[in-house]
Amino acid sequence: MTNRNVQINVEYLTRVEGHGNIVVNVREGRLEKCQLDIVESPRFFEGMLRGRSIFEAQHITSRICGICSCGHSLASIQAAEDAIGFTPSEQTLLLRRFLLHMEFLDSHVLHIYILVAPDILGVPSFVPLITTHNKVVRRALRLKKTYNNICDILVGRHVHPISAIVGGFTKLPREKDLDAMLDLLMWTRPDIEATIELARTLRFPEFQRETEYVGLVSDDVIYPLLSGDIGSSDGVRMEKHGYKQVTNEFTVPHSSAKHTRLSRDSYMVGALARFNMNYNKLHPKAKQTAEYLGLKPEVANPYLNTAAQLVECVHCLEEGIEILEEFKKKGIKYEEELAVGLNEKGVIPVKAGNGVGAVEVPRGVLFHNYEVDDKGIIQNANCIIPTNQNLNNIEHDMKKLVPEILNKTDEEITLALEMLVRAYDPCISCSTHFLNVRFVNR
Amino acid sequence: MSAKPKVAFFDFACCEGCQLQVANMGEELLDILGVIDIVEFREVMSEKWNQKYDVAIIEGSITDSHAVERINKIREKSGVLIAYGSCATIGGVNGMKNNFPIEDIRKYVYGEDAKIYDTVPTRAVHQVVKVDYFVHGCPVYPPEFVKVLKCALMGVSYDVPDHAVCVECKLNENVCMYERGLTCLGPVTKAGCNSWCVNNGNICYGCRGMVTNPNEKGAQDVIARYSISMELILNKMNMYNKCRELDKK
Repeated sequence: MTNRNVQINVEYLTRVEGHGNIVVNVREGRLEKCQLDIVESPRFFEGMLRGRSIFEAQHITSRICGICSCGHSLASIQAAEDAIGFTPSEQTLLLRRFLLHMEFLDSHVLHIYILVAPDILGVPSFVPLITTHNKVVRRALRLKKTYNNICDILVGRHVHPISAIVGGFTKLPREKDLDAMLDLLMWTRPDIEATIELARTLRFPEFQRETEYVGLVSDDVIYPLLSGDIGSSDGVRMEKHGYKQVTNEFTVPHSSAKHTRLSRDSYMVGALARFNMNYNKLHPKAKQTAEYLGLKPEVANPYLNTAAQLVECVHCLEEGIEILEEFKKKGIKYEEELAVGLNEKGVIPVKAGNGVGAVEVPRGVLFHNYEVDDKGIIQNANCIIPTNQNLNNIEHDMKKLVPEILNKTDEEITLALEMLVRAYDPCISCSTHFLNVRFVNR
Repeated sequence: MSAKPKVAFFDFACCEGCQLQVANMGEELLDILGVIDIVEFREVMSEKWNQKYDVAIIEGSITDSHAVERINKIREKSGVLIAYGSCATIGGVNGMKNNFPIEDIRKYVYGEDAKIYDTVPTRAVHQVVKVDYFVHGCPVYPPEFVKVLKCALMGVSYDVPDHAVCVECKLNENVCMYERGLTCLGPVTKAGCNSWCVNNGNICYGCRGMVTNPNEKGAQDVIARYSISMELILNKMNMYNKCRELDKK
């Protein structure tokens, strides 16, 4: 076995941000090549933003990604408000936090059920499961639909939210809306409990690699998703404007996508990073879930990112319910409802500036950065998405994993690599088609 | 083998949000899956299909030479082709790229590495191959998608509403955005979304494309009455509708 030759070429066919290949080359048992290459099929968002109003930035950048469009909206709005010097109200911030929670639930449920579960159950997609696991498929679709419906009520729709804008909200939920959202959210409790039971029966691959975890950190007691400094498990702490010193983007000869690193060779962002860094701030019920699933920080198995997502689902569900109950008690201040458009009437004061948004979205910390002139016209823009930050870490995982599983068959090695990449929930939602693997010269 | 029509989803340059609208249908999706066979749907499936497609649903714009080749191959293999979502039907936000010289924007985003990125001016799908059905919107409006899919499966035509969003907006009893001091593209944009954005307090950004016969006199009156600069309104139209310049006059 040790003298084995393996050559793997995983070619995946495009998506938003392009093409990626997994290339593995083992000669006589020695790993010669092991890389993940992502070539962005470029859409030039940062370039297109130049010359446009800062009040259009959210609308445009939410279109970077349909899956995390609420996350992009929130990072964009935060960067824009930071740039023009606008401070949002407490009510606005709490509603935004609630929106982000719904985004986590929606996205994590999609990943756990539709993208990951088929691997573990040994089928190519959720479609065969309609026959074999009908109740599970129905539960997944029902959960997804319910979190979507909540977003519909709050911001008009989940894919490309309408009413969340720079300054606040163009429409605020009425009392009946709060009731409806609360009912919907409560109804998902049994389905989330059933998901936890299901997760307990799933067997994730065994693999360990310690790495540096990066995410938002704060000094208060709130699980930091929408605000905070950037921190790392190796002790780095940086105010969000220093994000470039955290990501340290660099080019590598084999890949046209930029890689990132901080204190070590690579770092990881996402649910597992947040779980490892901010475990103590999770909702008590989320901690119970973690215990029930046998997760205790620090978890060094990247496959368990999916389990950490489920823990975050419980956190977002329970805290979401609490936020709605608080709004029901306090009531909503409707005088904060805004009509801004392109700020034709100047309802929002604007000054020149350079603003950063640092927001935890389902796949990890997301940065938006805009520079605007005194009329609020964007001069420069920069966005660093979580998946890009994870590429380097995935590659290092692969380099450790492949030699450990050389005694397995082609199919098993391929599946292990596919599952590893999927575990990161890469926001080239092509994680399902990463997977045309070719073995050559065996 | 079942005799159910073979349907496939393909994505080009886009955010995949329109595909996601399908997953967001919930358990209703199972009803649809009862009458069709989805044979390829990269976002959620690993399965592949190498035969003819009865219906191909295309999401995204055509933005590089590889995409031109790929869409032509799909067209050859497909009975019916549906352009799905703004990026596919009108070029959508990807069209904003065409506001800049290609070299300039490529260099801005990718610097020294710019040359390795193959890119051409953004085009809508019908500007490259024949399209049989259009589902407009960013994102698509799910009830309209179901309607179009039914038409495609039955082989009857679907007429995209060609009146302004204002018609639906009035029925929804929204206060006109112009009356609130804002510039809205509702008066020149195709209806069919049930004035989704305005219902939620925002303006219309024109994502469904412009009506084929806009009321120019009316638009001029509105622009004059509310003293709106031409530059502002043209810039707004270019957010989604830049690619219409490429349509044959």
